[in-house]
Amino acid sequence: MVSLAEDVAIVAFEQTPSHAHFNDSEPAMIMPCVNSVIEQVGMDRHDIDFTIAGSCDYLSGMPFAFVMNIDAVGAWPPVYESHVEMDGAWALFEGFVRLQSGDIDTVLVSGSGKCSPGSYREGFSLQTDPYVHAPIGLDPRTQAGFQAQALIAAGKATERDFAEVVARSHANAKNNPYAQLSGDLFVDDLLAEPYVQQPLRRLDCPPTSDGAAAMIIARADRARELCDNPVWIRAIDHRIDSHHPTLRDLTDSPSVRIAAERVGLYDGPVDIAELTVTYSPEEIILRDALGLNGQTSVNPSGGPLTGSPFMAVGLTRVIELARAIRNGDGGRGVAHASSGPALQQNLLCVLEGDG
Amino acid sequence: MAPRPCAVLGIGQTKYKRRRDDVTLDGLVREAALRALEDAGATFDDIDAIVIGKAPDALEGVMMPLLSLCDALGAIGKPIHRVHTAGSVGASTAISAVNLVESGMYDTVLTVAYEKQSEGNATWALSGGKSGGQGAGGTFAPWIRNYIARSKAPEHIGWMVAVKDRLNALKNEYAHLHLPDISVEKVRESPMLWDPLHFLESCPSSDGAAAMVLGNDDIAKKSGRPPAWVISHAKRTEFGQFPGRDTVRPQAGVECSEALYRKAGITNPREQIDCAELYVPFSWYEPMWLEGHLIAEEGEGWKMTDAGDTELGGSFPVNMSGGVLSSNPIGASGMIRCLEAANQVRGTAGEYQVPGAKISIGHAYGGAAQYYAMWMVSSELNPEL
Repeated sequence: MVSLAEDVAIVAFEQTPSHAHFNDSEPAMIMPCVNSVIEQVGMDRHDIDFTIAGSCDYLSGMPFAFVMNIDAVGAWPPVYESHVEMDGAWALFEGFVRLQSGDIDTVLVSGSGKCSPGSYREGFSLQTDPYVHAPIGLDPRTQAGFQAQALIAAGKATERDFAEVVARSHANAKNNPYAQLSGDLFVDDLLAEPYVQQPLRRLDCPPTSDGAAAMIIARADRARELCDNPVWIRAIDHRIDSHHPTLRDLTDSPSVRIAAERVGLYDGPVDIAELTVTYSPEEIILRDALGLNGQTSVNPSGGPLTGSPFMAVGLTRVIELARAIRNGDGGRGVAHASSGPALQQNLLCVLEGDG
Repeated sequence: MAPRPCAVLGIGQTKYKRRRDDVTLDGLVREAALRALEDAGATFDDIDAIVIGKAPDALEGVMMPLLSLCDALGAIGKPIHRVHTAGSVGASTAISAVNLVESGMYDTVLTVAYEKQSEGNATWALSGGKSGGQGAGGTFAPWIRNYIARSKAPEHIGWMVAVKDRLNALKNEYAHLHLPDISVEKVRESPMLWDPLHFLESCPSSDGAAAMVLGNDDIAKKSGRPPAWVISHAKRTEFGQFPGRDTVRPQAGVECSEALYRKAGITNPREQIDCAELYVPFSWYEPMWLEGHLIAEEGEGWKMTDAGDTELGGSFPVNMSGGVLSSNPIGASGMIRCLEAANQVRGTAGEYQVPGAKISIGHAYGGAAQYYAMWMVSSELNPEL
């Protein structure tokens, strides 16, 4: 496990509900989150030392779309700020790293995305390489289908396992006011649904979602000044696998295994895991790679199958975990974010309560 | 804890040119990365994390390209992330990589920035994805006219910068434009694009990639390569438009340089800094940034240009490598400014070396002149100012 120069805690967090269609601009989604986290800690926004956002131009269908999002931060007078073209969880990574230098105290992190205006499958097929895969439209759902088929072929899972993930996620989401989908589903009913991408059915796939999330993280001394119940980020790490699906064992995630080691996942109990399960089979791969057993509550929020605002969804996993820890649902847990098709890139973040 | 000292230990660049149709995107970034590794005496095995940057994905039509470039960059099983801060991105990416080293979490970091403009339509993308847009020159020209009105600079200043940077580029094998017969007359006679900017006062459209290997003090000691210590870095952002905004001398640019100098203990940048690589995509931005980044007093920047101070042999050389006016792979242009500043203090700038350069700055700006990223490098970790 990487030794850290500074203890860092989450002192405030906020998310929008996962909207099927948010009928306003992306900054209009982010701004209430930013205003809320600033209000939670009673700071003046100009006293935030560093701000970093995650978003994706292609979701907005416009180069430089992220520039508009600084409206939500309030960049006047000028601010010390940056942006990653990634999920907000990677903005959190960079913000966390920045605090380790010890010369600043607070970072405002956000993530945002609106999937509803565009065609997710067409857009995201451009994540593949532009020479071999993008021209044939190898979109993420197709790759998720390959992954699901590979799991079945390897005898590691069945379609019923996928349906059980879906049913449990939707049931868990009943208690989550931010979820887009929730309810009591029956596995046999799910299995009677037609395929959309064999062997995947509609609810094995995520809904189309718009949403945003924000948090403030701080170095230890400042964190204690800013709130009574900081949630500590004990470690954060991210790793990537090859972009070429045929060079990977799609039934496993070596990048998750490396990250789990790096964050010291097994140095303590894992009470809660909030995982970016964009397609139901991914939960089976992640449970295995993370070595989770019956002790761990997986996606008590319902997870991305019940609301998946890309570019905010990973950061939202961290928020859901922080909220659960604050609520006393567990003392230690792991949040997972993912980027790219078929769980190509993975980030893990270990949180602990202030106990 | 104090930030861990960070040094540039390896530099790699591709040849910049109009169209690199001999390589894929993967091949382009790998070419720069391998050269940086070779310069650092390192291999991919030595790299703990990778940070990449480029301008909007729409320039090449590849969404979140780190996902498809990770294999070529030796990133499998490692952390790799992607910075995007408009035109300042190359310098922002370098600074993000410095943050990784300064955090103490990563000892050796590879950072790469690139653009393959020939694969798309930059003016379309720079106009926010709208056809028939004004492009970057159309955005900046009114502000340049405002600068000229405010400073009462004579019109030949822009032509001089255009000539000086192209003459410098002749000494740089990687530069895109090599125009040996460039002259003030040629610049003046070239077609008017956006008044007062002539064709030859504008940057080219380039393909290319730039890379650096950064390491902490232990790695620097072990490598035996000449280090360029990153003794300060700063970033600032402001809104692109609001009533009363000073678009000639944006406050974010002023505050970015103030923060940069403060951290390094610089009180007189003109005297204490030996040379600078400033982001000058259009000729007039040389005097504008000399003033906007507090190297010259307001209204005095153009006089430095006019007097030849910013020439290679001058008292404050600017864009010794030829600058953005000679090579502009957009997303990489800011990183090139940073690595050329490092080349100067490492003594590895070859024919365009400023003799004895000890402290240099690299700079980039972006968006509606609203994003700023700057770094300061020195041959010594604690240079005497």
